[in-house]
Amino acid sequence: MAVNDLILRTVTRLIIPFIQVMGIYIVVHGHLSPGGAFAGGAVVAASFILGTMVLGPTSSSGRSWGNIGRVMESVGGIWFIVLGLVGVLVGTGFLSNQAAGIPAGRTGLMLSAGLVPWMGIGLGVKVTATMVSLFRGLAGGQEDD
Amino acid sequence: MRRAVAGLAVAILGVLLMMVVVGMPAFGDPAAPMNNELPERFLGEGPDETGALNIVAAIILDYRAYDTLGEATVLFAAVASMMAVLAAAKGGYGRE
Repeated sequence: MAVNDLILRTVTRLIIPFIQVMGIYIVVHGHLSPGGAFAGGAVVAASFILGTMVLGPTSSSGRSWGNIGRVMESVGGIWFIVLGLVGVLVGTGFLSNQAAGIPAGRTGLMLSAGLVPWMGIGLGVKVTATMVSLFRGLAGGQEDD
Repeated sequence: MRRAVAGLAVAILGVLLMMVVVGMPAFGDPAAPMNNELPERFLGEGPDETGALNIVAAIILDYRAYDTLGEATVLFAAVASMMAVLAAAKGGYGRE
Protein backbone atom coordinates (compact mmCIF):
# COMPACT_ATOMS: atom_id res chain seq x y z
CA MET A 1 0.00 0.00 0.00
CA ALA A 2 2.57 2.52 -1.09
CA VAL A 3 2.81 4.67 -4.18
CA ASN A 4 6.07 4.73 -6.11
CA ASP A 5 5.81 8.23 -7.47
CA LEU A 6 8.51 10.78 -6.69
CA ILE A 7 6.32 13.88 -6.87
CA LEU A 8 3.53 12.37 -4.79
CA ARG A 9 5.92 11.05 -2.16
CA THR A 10 7.83 14.32 -1.88
CA VAL A 11 4.72 16.47 -1.66
CA THR A 12 3.22 14.10 0.91
CA ARG A 13 6.33 14.28 3.07
CA LEU A 14 6.26 18.08 2.89
CA ILE A 15 2.58 18.57 3.53
CA ILE A 16 1.92 16.07 6.36
CA PRO A 17 3.43 18.23 9.16
CA PHE A 18 1.38 21.22 8.04
CA ILE A 19 -1.83 19.18 8.00
CA GLN A 20 -1.09 17.90 11.48
CA VAL A 21 -0.31 21.35 12.88
CA MET A 22 -3.55 22.63 11.36
CA GLY A 23 -5.53 19.76 12.88
CA ILE A 24 -3.97 20.13 16.32
CA TYR A 25 -4.64 23.87 16.18
CA ILE A 26 -8.31 23.19 15.43
CA VAL A 27 -8.53 20.72 18.33
CA VAL A 28 -6.87 22.86 21.00
CA HIS A 29 -8.77 26.00 19.95
CA GLY A 30 -12.05 24.12 19.85
CA HIS A 31 -13.54 26.21 22.68
CA LEU A 32 -12.58 29.52 21.04
CA SER A 33 -13.03 29.24 17.30
CA PRO A 34 -15.12 27.24 14.85
CA GLY A 35 -14.14 23.63 14.58
CA GLY A 36 -13.47 21.43 17.55
CA ALA A 37 -12.48 17.93 18.47
CA PHE A 38 -14.40 16.14 15.72
CA ALA A 39 -13.26 18.41 12.89
CA GLY A 40 -9.66 18.71 14.09
CA GLY A 41 -9.38 15.01 14.82
CA ALA A 42 -10.57 14.26 11.31
CA VAL A 43 -7.92 16.59 9.87
CA VAL A 44 -5.13 14.90 11.84
CA ALA A 45 -6.49 11.50 10.82
CA ALA A 46 -6.44 12.63 7.18
CA SER A 47 -2.71 13.26 7.45
CA PHE A 48 -2.12 9.75 8.82
CA ILE A 49 -4.31 8.23 6.13
CA LEU A 50 -2.46 10.18 3.44
CA GLY A 51 0.84 8.96 4.83
CA THR A 52 -0.36 5.37 4.92
CA MET A 53 -1.65 5.51 1.36
CA VAL A 54 1.40 7.18 -0.18
CA LEU A 55 4.33 6.23 2.03
CA GLY A 56 3.15 2.82 3.20
CA PRO A 57 2.05 1.50 6.58
CA THR A 58 5.51 1.50 8.17
CA SER A 59 7.85 4.34 9.01
CA SER A 60 11.16 4.80 7.23
CA SER A 61 12.94 2.79 9.91
CA GLY A 62 10.58 -0.11 9.23
CA ARG A 63 8.69 0.26 12.48
CA SER A 64 4.94 -0.15 12.31
CA TRP A 65 2.62 2.13 14.23
CA GLY A 66 -0.45 -0.03 13.84
CA ASN A 67 -0.96 -0.64 17.54
CA ILE A 68 -0.71 3.01 18.53
CA GLY A 69 -4.11 3.74 17.04
CA ARG A 70 -5.81 1.07 19.12
CA VAL A 71 -4.09 2.21 22.31
CA MET A 72 -4.90 5.88 21.71
CA GLU A 73 -8.52 4.95 21.06
CA SER A 74 -8.81 3.65 24.61
CA VAL A 75 -6.64 6.42 26.04
CA GLY A 76 -8.95 9.09 24.60
CA GLY A 77 -12.06 7.48 26.00
CA ILE A 78 -10.57 6.83 29.43
CA TRP A 79 -9.23 10.40 29.56
CA PHE A 80 -12.72 11.73 28.87
CA ILE A 81 -14.28 9.59 31.61
CA VAL A 82 -11.56 10.44 34.13
CA LEU A 83 -12.19 14.14 33.54
CA GLY A 84 -15.88 13.46 34.00
CA LEU A 85 -15.20 11.74 37.32
CA VAL A 86 -13.58 14.93 38.65
CA GLY A 87 -17.08 16.27 39.15
CA VAL A 88 -18.09 13.12 41.00
CA LEU A 89 -15.10 13.41 43.35
CA VAL A 90 -15.94 17.03 44.11
CA GLY A 91 -19.52 16.02 44.71
CA THR A 92 -21.44 17.85 41.98
CA GLY A 93 -22.06 15.29 39.28
CA PHE A 94 -20.60 13.37 36.37
CA LEU A 95 -19.01 15.62 33.69
CA SER A 96 -19.79 18.85 35.53
CA ASN A 97 -17.46 21.73 34.75
CA GLN A 98 -18.08 25.13 36.32
CA ALA A 99 -20.37 23.60 38.93
CA ALA A 100 -17.43 21.50 40.16
CA GLY A 101 -15.44 24.65 40.89
CA ILE A 102 -12.93 24.27 38.07
CA PRO A 103 -11.55 27.77 37.37
CA ALA A 104 -12.87 29.15 34.11
CA GLY A 105 -9.95 31.47 33.48
CA ARG A 106 -10.26 34.55 31.36
CA THR A 107 -12.64 33.98 28.47
CA GLY A 108 -10.79 34.03 25.17
CA LEU A 109 -7.49 32.63 26.37
CA MET A 110 -6.45 29.16 25.36
CA LEU A 111 -6.36 27.91 28.96
CA SER A 112 -9.90 28.86 29.81
CA ALA A 113 -13.32 27.28 30.05
CA GLY A 114 -12.21 24.79 32.68
CA LEU A 115 -12.36 21.23 31.42
CA VAL A 116 -13.71 22.00 27.94
CA PRO A 117 -10.35 22.17 26.08
CA TRP A 118 -8.99 19.14 27.95
CA MET A 119 -12.00 17.03 27.10
CA GLY A 120 -11.69 18.30 23.53
CA ILE A 121 -8.10 17.05 23.33
CA GLY A 122 -9.13 13.60 24.54
CA LEU A 123 -11.98 13.52 22.08
CA GLY A 124 -9.71 14.67 19.24
CA VAL A 125 -7.26 11.87 20.02
CA LYS A 126 -10.14 9.42 20.00
CA VAL A 127 -11.57 10.64 16.70
CA THR A 128 -8.13 10.46 15.10
CA ALA A 129 -7.52 6.95 16.40
CA THR A 130 -10.96 5.81 15.26
CA MET A 131 -10.57 7.10 11.71
CA VAL A 132 -7.04 5.77 11.35
CA SER A 133 -7.98 2.38 12.80
CA LEU A 134 -11.02 2.09 10.55
CA PHE A 135 -9.01 3.01 7.48
CA ARG A 136 -6.12 0.70 8.26
CA GLY A 137 -8.43 -2.15 9.16
CA LEU A 138 -10.64 -1.87 6.10
CA ALA A 139 -7.77 -1.13 3.72
CA GLY A 140 -6.21 -4.47 4.54
CA GLY A 141 -3.38 -3.15 6.66
CA GLN A 142 -3.85 -5.98 9.12
CA GLU A 143 -0.56 -7.69 8.35
CA ASP A 144 1.32 -5.03 10.32
CA ASP A 145 -0.96 -4.73 13.31
CA MET B 1 -46.87 -2.82 -12.99
CA ARG B 2 -44.37 -2.90 -10.11
CA ARG B 3 -42.53 0.06 -11.60
CA ALA B 4 -45.78 2.01 -11.86
CA VAL B 5 -46.66 1.27 -8.23
CA ALA B 6 -43.18 2.16 -7.08
CA GLY B 7 -43.22 5.36 -9.10
CA LEU B 8 -46.60 6.31 -7.70
CA ALA B 9 -45.41 5.64 -4.14
CA VAL B 10 -42.29 7.76 -4.67
CA ALA B 11 -44.37 10.56 -6.19
CA ILE B 12 -46.83 10.58 -3.27
CA LEU B 13 -43.97 10.51 -0.75
CA GLY B 14 -42.23 13.32 -2.59
CA VAL B 15 -45.36 15.47 -2.62
CA LEU B 16 -45.84 14.89 1.11
CA LEU B 17 -42.25 15.80 1.89
CA MET B 18 -42.45 18.91 -0.29
CA MET B 19 -45.59 19.95 1.56
CA VAL B 20 -43.64 19.66 4.83
CA VAL B 21 -40.79 21.75 3.40
CA VAL B 22 -43.19 24.45 2.17
CA GLY B 23 -44.78 24.59 5.61
CA MET B 24 -41.48 25.09 7.42
CA PRO B 25 -40.68 28.52 8.89
CA ALA B 26 -38.36 30.74 6.87
CA PHE B 27 -34.63 30.80 7.68
CA GLY B 28 -34.02 33.15 10.59
CA ASP B 29 -37.70 33.66 11.29
CA PRO B 30 -37.92 35.05 14.83
CA ALA B 31 -41.32 33.40 15.26
CA ALA B 32 -39.97 29.94 14.42
CA PRO B 33 -40.88 27.28 16.98
CA MET B 34 -37.24 26.37 17.64
CA ASN B 35 -36.58 29.96 18.72
CA ASN B 36 -37.57 29.23 22.30
CA GLU B 37 -35.85 29.74 25.63
CA LEU B 38 -33.19 27.10 24.87
CA PRO B 39 -31.06 29.04 22.33
CA GLU B 40 -31.71 32.16 24.37
CA ARG B 41 -30.12 30.51 27.38
CA PHE B 42 -27.22 28.96 25.42
CA LEU B 43 -26.37 32.08 23.42
CA GLY B 44 -26.93 34.51 26.28
CA GLU B 45 -25.47 32.68 29.27
CA GLY B 46 -23.17 30.18 27.53
CA PRO B 47 -19.91 32.15 27.58
CA ASP B 48 -20.45 33.11 31.23
CA GLU B 49 -21.48 29.67 32.40
CA THR B 50 -18.82 27.64 30.56
CA GLY B 51 -16.09 30.13 29.62
CA ALA B 52 -16.05 28.81 26.05
CA LEU B 53 -16.55 31.30 23.24
CA ASN B 54 -17.45 28.62 20.70
CA ILE B 55 -21.01 27.89 21.67
CA VAL B 56 -20.95 24.53 19.87
CA ALA B 57 -18.02 23.40 22.02
CA ALA B 58 -19.79 24.74 25.10
CA ILE B 59 -22.82 22.60 24.30
CA ILE B 60 -21.13 19.35 23.27
CA LEU B 61 -18.41 19.42 25.93
CA ASP B 62 -20.19 21.06 28.86
CA TYR B 63 -23.98 21.21 28.72
CA ARG B 64 -24.28 17.87 26.93
CA ALA B 65 -20.96 16.22 27.66
CA TYR B 66 -22.76 13.03 28.60
CA ASP B 67 -24.19 12.88 25.07
CA THR B 68 -20.66 13.34 23.69
CA LEU B 69 -19.49 10.44 25.84
CA GLY B 70 -22.14 8.37 24.07
CA GLU B 71 -20.78 9.54 20.73
CA ALA B 72 -17.29 8.48 21.77
CA THR B 73 -18.75 5.10 22.69
CA VAL B 74 -20.24 4.86 19.20
CA LEU B 75 -16.81 5.48 17.70
CA PHE B 76 -15.32 2.80 19.95
CA ALA B 77 -18.08 0.36 19.01
CA ALA B 78 -17.45 1.03 15.32
CA VAL B 79 -13.76 0.17 15.60
CA ALA B 80 -14.39 -2.81 17.89
CA SER B 81 -17.03 -4.30 15.59
CA MET B 82 -14.86 -3.72 12.52
CA MET B 83 -11.96 -5.53 14.17
CA ALA B 84 -14.24 -8.35 15.33
CA VAL B 85 -15.68 -8.85 11.83
CA LEU B 86 -12.27 -8.74 10.16
CA ALA B 87 -10.82 -11.13 12.72
CA ALA B 88 -13.69 -13.55 12.08
CA ALA B 89 -13.12 -13.27 8.33
CA LYS B 90 -9.44 -14.05 8.81
CA GLY B 91 -9.95 -17.18 10.89
CA GLY B 92 -11.00 -16.28 14.37
CA TYR B 93 -10.54 -13.80 17.13
CA GLY B 94 -7.17 -13.68 18.81
CA ARG B 95 -5.34 -15.29 15.93
CA GLU B 96 -1.78 -14.03 15.70
